[in-house]
Amino acid sequence: MSAGHTPPAATDTRTDAGVLRFDRIERMLHWVNATLFAVLVLTGAALYFTPLMALVGRRLLVEEIHLGAGLALPVPFLVAVAGRWGRGLRRDLSRLNRWTEPDRRWFRALPQPRSVRRHTRAALRLGKFNAGQKLNAAFTAGGGLVMLASGCMLHWFTPFPLSWRAGATFVHNWLALVFFLVIIGHVSLALRDREALWSMVRGRISRAWARTHAPAWLDEVDAEGPSAVAGRSVEE
Amino acid sequence: MPTAAEGAPIGRRAVVGILGLGALGIVFGRDVQHGVSKVLGPVRDTGLAGLLPGGGGFELYTVTGGYPLPPPDYHLRVGGLVERPLRLTVSDLEALPATRLTADFQCVTGWEVSNVHWVGVRLDDLAAHAGALPSATAFELRSFDGVYTESLTRTQAEQTGALVAYSMLGAPVTRDHGGPLRLYVPGMFGYKSIKWLSEIDLVERPVPGYWEDNGYPVNAWIDGHPPLSRTA
Repeated sequence: MSAGHTPPAATDTRTDAGVLRFDRIERMLHWVNATLFAVLVLTGAALYFTPLMALVGRRLLVEEIHLGAGLALPVPFLVAVAGRWGRGLRRDLSRLNRWTEPDRRWFRALPQPRSVRRHTRAALRLGKFNAGQKLNAAFTAGGGLVMLASGCMLHWFTPFPLSWRAGATFVHNWLALVFFLVIIGHVSLALRDREALWSMVRGRISRAWARTHAPAWLDEVDAEGPSAVAGRSVEE
Repeated sequence: MPTAAEGAPIGRRAVVGILGLGALGIVFGRDVQHGVSKVLGPVRDTGLAGLLPGGGGFELYTVTGGYPLPPPDYHLRVGGLVERPLRLTVSDLEALPATRLTADFQCVTGWEVSNVHWVGVRLDDLAAHAGALPSATAFELRSFDGVYTESLTRTQAEQTGALVAYSMLGAPVTRDHGGPLRLYVPGMFGYKSIKWLSEIDLVERPVPGYWEDNGYPVNAWIDGHPPLSRTA
């Protein structure tokens, strides 16, 4: 519970090395996805937003790039999750899937003033992911599949009745707006916590960070012992 | 891994729930969108509301790099299998008998604009004016954007009452809507209504247009077939 207190000296020596937050596969997957999302947002804006449409034009080409990026999006995930190399990712997915009582309390703290909220949440002893990250993961997975399906309906529209095409347009456009806002939120939160952002590049994060934001996860890592951690870092 | 197995699999349920909502949205989204359009309609042109999906306005497509400007000596050419090829300025066209109609604009991807007012000269009137030969069964239409083409049979032009429009929405056709002259084909999807129109040729048989070459159906009837009761 003593997030702010100085740990004993024995722990201090481990502080420098930090702990592995995301393995190489997870990091690669994140940045490939980020690139594809950027392409989708930019081409989507050029297809939808009239002033930009006037500037960019070339509807057929922009449409093909947008479609290609959309169809490509599930591929890196499937490749990453399927193989022996996907152990870390599969384990994190299982963590994101499971919601516990602290997650409910994390949400209930939302209306509190920021200073109070921080203390409430620090006392929750969260695992590797907080409830916001779990919600983001569920939204991205479900919403991404809906975007994929409705997008395919807009491109290969002939089998569908006109009212469904209009419905697919409705879903695709509004959900795109929600995705845009969620991505803005995701990026701005990442920019507010540079250490967490860097761990998506380098993989490791300091023990101090883990103790503050994910104490139960740090306990878990330590319980697995130095051999397990070392084993993972050789994989690095 | 003790923590991973703890807790309910809410994440998976949320994903399934979102998929269900998406399916509902696709099936019933058009009705919801109509409601949204009613709310957004009056404020569409003011600030942020104009950026929200489905204010019920036009989406202004172009297949080239921007909205093209007409050449300085712009005129509409009517040629091909005709006795008297025509070169018409916009005012020449305005001097011909005008047809006015109010009809919906329906895009093949689903969006629509209701009750658009159109003024122009009927395509079949233009063919008669130029003295179309009996062997001419179709119109081939080209845009001065240099890329977009469309075609329509003479029967379809008669059945639909297709217009070469110089006015829409109560004003001369603007540049982004395909001005100074564009086609409007009632009862057919929007891609038939070629914008930035500059050349009409009467030909022996119809040639697939730009989007049809790129996979759009040649049959562009919104109902899937020509109107059964309507006659020209």
